[in-house]
Amino acid sequence: MVMQGGGGGHSSGGAFQEDEIFGKAYDARMMRRLLHYVRPYTGRVVVSLVLLLLLSATQVAPPIIAKEIIDQAIAPAVGKQIPVAEGLSRLGLYGALYLAILLASSVLRYAQSLLTAIVGQEAMYDLRLELFRHLQFLPLSFYDRNPVGRLMTRITNDIDALIELVSKGVVSIFGDIFVLGAVMIAMLFLDIRLALVTFLAMPLLVGLTIYFRGMMRDSFRAIRIRLARVNAYLNETLSGMSVVQLFTREPRTFGQFDDLNRDLYRANVGAIRAMSTFQPTVNFTRAMTSAALFLAGGWWILQGEMTIGTLLAFWQLVEQFFRPVLDLAEKYNIMQAAMASSERVFRLLDTPRTIGDPPHPVELAHVRGEVRFDNVSFAYNEGDWVLRDVDFTIGAGESVAIVGATGAGKTSIISLISRFYDVQRGRILLDGTDIRDLRQRDLRRHIGVVLQDPFIFAGTIASNIRLNDETISDERVRAAAKFVNADRFIDRLPEGYETVVTERGSMLSVGQKQLLAFGRAIAFNPEILLVLDEATSSVDTETEHLIQDALEKLMRGRTSIVIAHRLSTIQNVDRIVVLHKGRVVETGTHRELLVGRGVYHRLYELQYRAHQVA
Amino acid sequence: MASSARSTFTGYLSRHGLQLVAGMVLVTGAAFLAVIPPRFIGAIVDDVNAGAPYGSIVVLSLGMVGVAALEAILRGLGRYQVIDASRVVEYEMRNDLLSHLQRMHLAYFQHQRIGDLMARLTNDLTAVRQMYGFGVLMTTGTTATLVFSIASMLQVNVKLTVITLVLMPVASASFWAIGRKVNRKFQQLQAQFGDLSTKAQENFSGIRVVKAYSQEEPEIEAFGEVNAEYVRRAIDLAKFNGLIWPAMALIIGVAVLATLYVGGIDAISGDMTIGQLVQFVAYLYLLQWPMIAFGEITNIFQQGWASLNRLQDIFDARPAIADPIDPVPTAVRGEVEMRGVTFAYGSTIVLRDVSFRVPAGGSLAIVGPTGSGKSSLVNLIPRLFDAQRGEVLIDGVNVTRYPLRTLRRAVGYVPQETFLFSVPLRENVGYGREEELPADRLAWAADVAQLDKDVQDFPAGYDTMIGERGVTLSGGQKQRAAIARAVAKDPRVLILDDALSAVDTYTESEILRRLRGVMRERTSIVVSHRISTVKDADEILVLDEGRIAERGTHLALLERGGLYAQMYRRQLLEEELEVDEEQLAHERRVASESEAEPGRQMPRLPREGEMTEGPV
Ligand SMILES: Nc1ncnc2c1ncn2[C@@H]1O[C@H](COP(=O)(O)OP(=O)(O)O)[C@@H](O)[C@H]1O
Ligand SMILES: Nc1ncnc2c1ncn2[C@@H]1O[C@H](COP(=O)(O)OP(=O)(O)O)[C@@H](O)[C@H]1O
Ligand SMILES: [Mg+2]
Repeated sequence: MVMQGGGGGHSSGGAFQEDEIFGKAYDARMMRRLLHYVRPYTGRVVVSLVLLLLLSATQVAPPIIAKEIIDQAIAPAVGKQIPVAEGLSRLGLYGALYLAILLASSVLRYAQSLLTAIVGQEAMYDLRLELFRHLQFLPLSFYDRNPVGRLMTRITNDIDALIELVSKGVVSIFGDIFVLGAVMIAMLFLDIRLALVTFLAMPLLVGLTIYFRGMMRDSFRAIRIRLARVNAYLNETLSGMSVVQLFTREPRTFGQFDDLNRDLYRANVGAIRAMSTFQPTVNFTRAMTSAALFLAGGWWILQGEMTIGTLLAFWQLVEQFFRPVLDLAEKYNIMQAAMASSERVFRLLDTPRTIGDPPHPVELAHVRGEVRFDNVSFAYNEGDWVLRDVDFTIGAGESVAIVGATGAGKTSIISLISRFYDVQRGRILLDGTDIRDLRQRDLRRHIGVVLQDPFIFAGTIASNIRLNDETISDERVRAAAKFVNADRFIDRLPEGYETVVTERGSMLSVGQKQLLAFGRAIAFNPEILLVLDEATSSVDTETEHLIQDALEKLMRGRTSIVIAHRLSTIQNVDRIVVLHKGRVVETGTHRELLVGRGVYHRLYELQYRAHQVA
Repeated sequence: MASSARSTFTGYLSRHGLQLVAGMVLVTGAAFLAVIPPRFIGAIVDDVNAGAPYGSIVVLSLGMVGVAALEAILRGLGRYQVIDASRVVEYEMRNDLLSHLQRMHLAYFQHQRIGDLMARLTNDLTAVRQMYGFGVLMTTGTTATLVFSIASMLQVNVKLTVITLVLMPVASASFWAIGRKVNRKFQQLQAQFGDLSTKAQENFSGIRVVKAYSQEEPEIEAFGEVNAEYVRRAIDLAKFNGLIWPAMALIIGVAVLATLYVGGIDAISGDMTIGQLVQFVAYLYLLQWPMIAFGEITNIFQQGWASLNRLQDIFDARPAIADPIDPVPTAVRGEVEMRGVTFAYGSTIVLRDVSFRVPAGGSLAIVGPTGSGKSSLVNLIPRLFDAQRGEVLIDGVNVTRYPLRTLRRAVGYVPQETFLFSVPLRENVGYGREEELPADRLAWAADVAQLDKDVQDFPAGYDTMIGERGVTLSGGQKQRAAIARAVAKDPRVLILDDALSAVDTYTESEILRRLRGVMRERTSIVVSHRISTVKDADEILVLDEGRIAERGTHLALLERGGLYAQMYRRQLLEEELEVDEEQLAHERRVASESEAEPGRQMPRLPREGEMTEGPV
């Protein structure tokens, strides 16, 4: 009954970038796919439909009993055709029946609504989990393209819209059809002529429905687009508020926001018009139908061809006839939102897992740790090569540094070794096996990566080191922290390892976050490969030096790959690979490269000279 | 708090009072008209029963249509006024909230999570709007309908009215009870929704880590648990929510039944006509709406009020950093000074008694271990935070005395963590300027930040969109865009907080070289871990645990042989170890051949100790 404002009701924190898909109210293909998730609950759905059928019968029964009360009990007693006592006893009888049906109707309605709510929730539990599982295995290239906010909307609000659809939308449509059918049958059964008079209202109703549906569709769609824009803008402004303030952008930011906000208000005007006129118009139509009934029925009663009870029964049935139409707007909104949601959700589910495990994975019993890039070319976006014909081998146990300018492709090489992306040309081999022939789990278990941007989860310091792995003991967590010298700052925290860190670790300095991420890699104790991508770029020299010593121990016997801009951090390695614009331009030991006087030499010279000319 | 929420409520209410009152009057008029048709229906029934002429039935029926038409018009207009007013209130509140938030200090946003603020600005704002819209509408409509219907019912039959009115409080009470339960269950569900969102958000944001550590299955399991709890609570809610409609249908049904039964007895005994009986039933149908509406109204107002209080929390928050009452109207030259500054986050002191002075046009560098307070220190200059003790001065005037706009315009700041907006690159670089950035200035800023070569590779050049709908910049590219943004502002004071950490050494030296040109008559403050970045500064501060442990020029600090010298040796010697004498000689030759400024002395390299422990 209460019409919800278009799209306003359903959104929550963090999820505001909307795909601009704003579906039709009904899409057979989507519906079939959705029904697939309801199939496991077929039994309950059938029970629910049976309940609905019974329910619609109990809804048309009261007007008919009321008719009998008037025609069989009250009118004859008033007209002295039957004795008063007889009239009263009939009244009691019908009254008891009426009450019984009311009770049955209430019980049926409650059972039915609960049942469908459960089906909706459970079916969508499955879908939500499936979606989450699917997302876990989508490649990083997918995450590069899809901001977190968008994915959040899919897994929260979009799924909720589908729950609404299953537990309210679809079922209430069946309910409406059953009630309309039952009402029409009852009318035809009571009096064909009067039934036909009532049915005259049908074209009017259909016309109204179509008219308002068009109005709502257009404005709801416009509102959703604009609301998404307003919220996306708001989200970004709040996230970057320090920049807004530092650059004194407040007036312009506010101006732009006001434009978007005003646009949203304007888009709302159409919906306000629809929402304010729809209900009165339908009510007026109902009044006209009733008037027609009284006009026609009055005539026939005066002619003695109809009883007064019949006319009154019709009058009450007309109420039922119009009720489904009255919450049309709400239902339409649910349907439209759900169809758009299902399209977005299914589109996500249809995103191929381009990086998957092979059907017959090779088992690596003993990993030595030889990594080979065999003529690898790689692009994030087709044609835009980031790595070209990269070819090198890192022997088992060897340590290699990759150096090169920003954007040379160093991080990309590292992402490829973990198989975050697949190469377009060439192969990457671990101990002679193409890494695409390995299970991702097996591959990654052997690799300890410390990424460029440290990511901190909400939780405690300790939980950030061991993640979900309960087999990592407290001792190991502490040892790992000590190893990377994170223990010094952790010990100073109020609760030590149990100190709660908030989302993204906002209380920690960047260097501290890097140390934590480093400790995490150590705690997981990678067997053979250690990969560090500027793991200590924001850590001070002193701490870094301490880590270096520890690292040296760690790197012994493990293949390791290190990226750093500070040449000082890569001094311990066996070999250096110099990358320039995606190509390997030089490899060799520090000494060989200096003698070679190539790119590395130039880099070295710059750094060296930078220190000397002081 | 409650009283300020109340004044906020009435504030917006009174600003649109006229429109709201007009709407309420119209809706009341409609409610009055709505009680007329039942009279006509009763009359028709009695006429028909009495065998009256058909003409009177025609008149009554047409009268019904006429009244209904008038009612529809009044109701439509009334609804429009009220709903429109509520949308305008929503629009104004949204603007007011943003405008208020823009004045809040940084610490506020670190305590209030962005997700939570967004939830308030979306869900809570919606609830408040509904309170102004449907809340007002339903309260008016319901009250008017109730009053007019009951008055009409009393005219028809007092006994029947009393009987049915006894049912009303029963109905309302039960809806109220159910509603309270529903509300509680709803809150619990919302809380779980928050957990579900947080879980998903973290997972998606940290997906690289999840994958790198093969945590997919444990993550799915953890999400499954949160999801299952969500479903459990949703079903729990449905158990109570599902009661409302059946209960209300039952109560209305019982009222109609009671009317038919008791009224039937009266009709049989001749105390009442059948037409009056029907008229009475018609009033009951009118009343069924107010009965549920009371439940709805309490719901709308309860939720709306709770939401308004959450919004009021935002309005009540006072910016800890604001414009001074008596600002000094000076132009900034750029002398930066701190006198005995002590600063803490809550009770954790991170800066102790820090003093320094950089003359206008001078340069200061800050080094020190991670967490020693470098970022915190530079944050005090553009007043992202205020110091608890001591003074931060620009041109000898406390920063708190400047209008924030003047102060921040004068300061170009490149934060440690880069934030770019999803607008074209051009706008990101020109972010700090009022007007569109002229092309030559853009090119200049990009050159200083060494961003120009990267931009040449972008098909759309400076019109390339950043972020979600555009390109993903690498870490170094982002940092350089942020530098260009700060430089384009043409600041008197430039602050770089470890802003070159993701930039390679070569590019770094290029940027520094250009910056030196730009900064000739401006003040610069640079935080870095790299000696190469800081060595040319007029003064270098070494921070340790929030105190200035050492200070001086590069050479002075080297001579002192303290922390800085140690750091220097580490960075330098470790490279040198690999190089034999021949190489060294070669390097020196190269260095002297190149355009390095002549006349500068190479520092004597301290080489005790460290030499022997280096690897081979
Ligand atoms: N996820 C990504 N999507 C598209 N392009 C990317 C992505 N990551 C990096 N790039 C681009 O690939 C190039 C190499 O980047 P990267 O490997 O990060 O360099 P490095 O680590 O050497 O600084 C850069 O031009 C960068 O803009
Ligand atoms: N917003 C904050 N709230 C609470 N503590 C903070 C906040 N920012 C930094 N800290 C703490 O203050 C100390 C100094 O941090 P910071 O100034 O970022 O150090 P640096 O820049 O030298 O690495 C650290 O211990 C850090 O954990
Ligand atoms: Mg810092």
